Amino acid sequence: MTTSSTRRPRVATAWLAGCSGCHMSFLDLDEALFDLAERADVVFGPLTDAKVFPTDVDLTLVEGAVTNTDNLELAQAIRANTRVVVSFGDCAVTGNITALRNALGDPSELLQRVYVEHPDLTGVVPTEVVPGLLPKVLPLHEVIGVDVYLPGCPPTADRIKTALFALLDAIEAGEDIASVAAARAPGDLRFGN
Amino acid sequence: MSASPVPPTPPPGPRSARPNVAVTLDGEEVLAFPGETVLALARRLGVPIPTLCQLDGVSVYGGCRLCVVEVEGEHRLPLACATEVSADMEVRSTSAELRDHRRRIVALLFAEGSHVCAACVASGACELQDLATETGVDHVPYELTFPSHEVDASHPFFVLDRDRCVLCTRCVRVCDEIEGAHVWDIAQRGSDARLIAGMDQPWGEVASCTSCGKCVAACPTGALYHQGTASGERRPDPGLIAFLADARAGVWEPRDNGAVSQPRDAAGPHEQGTTP
Repeated sequence: MTTSSTRRPRVATAWLAGCSGCHMSFLDLDEALFDLAERADVVFGPLTDAKVFPTDVDLTLVEGAVTNTDNLELAQAIRANTRVVVSFGDCAVTGNITALRNALGDPSELLQRVYVEHPDLTGVVPTEVVPGLLPKVLPLHEVIGVDVYLPGCPPTADRIKTALFALLDAIEAGEDIASVAAARAPGDLRFGN
Repeated sequence: MSASPVPPTPPPGPRSARPNVAVTLDGEEVLAFPGETVLALARRLGVPIPTLCQLDGVSVYGGCRLCVVEVEGEHRLPLACATEVSADMEVRSTSAELRDHRRRIVALLFAEGSHVCAACVASGACELQDLATETGVDHVPYELTFPSHEVDASHPFFVLDRDRCVLCTRCVRVCDEIEGAHVWDIAQRGSDARLIAGMDQPWGEVASCTSCGKCVAACPTGALYHQGTASGERRPDPGLIAFLADARAGVWEPRDNGAVSQPRDAAGPHEQGTTP
């Protein structure tokens, strides 16, 4: 493997507990996706179908909040193998819609009600194949360190493009990521849609 | 604009005098009116100072603390909305420290409420959402509390969602000072503080509510809205309050939104949602 200064940047995206709207918005980059493909390798995410998070990734956009054990494991794998982690969209940044269940308290009561007390179901809370729910839905930065926040539900394609290419520029030039975030226009930040 | 039926009279207070108080604002020497607040001066000169609880047309509350400024020689940070200018005052409307304070205040408001912009009636026309953008809040570095307050949908026209309430008391002041009904109050203190209607009754059962809708017009977030409003559809009208306050003081001026003021009887109810 070549060193990070001479090889093409390795970019990943990840889909935790979210609606995939941020990835839809990512696809709205349209022709800018060609620009991305020209200068970087997309190595993980719903668009690549890789099963295991790779090592030595330069930039990962993480969509979605952390709501179950799968999300937690993937988030930790992302942090361990990524230089710049971007909290991508409102669910990752604040919990957003995904975190609405937090107001109901621990989900075990809810699972009991739905799976056990419901007359048409098996009478047991499923534990195989499906991941266990965490007691509370968390924004990404409460689980792993996050370098850049890109709010929006979803962030518009323009905002994604601006952030993505500014970050790639900084990564290729070996610049400080914090300066990229500090240089954002106010309009590049907005919760909701 | 049609001819104003009531001759304009000079408004009471600072504007009737001449600007003769020498003040330094962000390094520039400017003249303020006697009795003018730092916020009014800054706005008159186009210097942006973020506010949330402040609302033209009603009394000063000074609760949100977003408009803190630095005044030379003062250890504490005074509120621009509640501080009158004085001769030779040196005011700074922005600094790294002030920006940090404002970011923290906005982030704390997000942390203590349930502000899910994507699912909120006010998204796109919300002062809290705008403040996050203006002050550079891109995430909330505090633990989010995910409160679960009661939603009061008992009123035939309006809804109160307390999870979105920032306790700015605009509705309290508008209802008391403009409508004269005093339906709203804040009960409890600290993190238990909550907006209540009447004697902590369901809003729909409060006999003193005239259903004028001024509280809904004045609300900066999605806490008060019209029944049936879907996500992103709420259109607040905080300028209505200043318009009504001015009109009652005998000043008839066109609204920012192009509407032209008329005597109360001729114009009919200005407020959306007014009872027939």
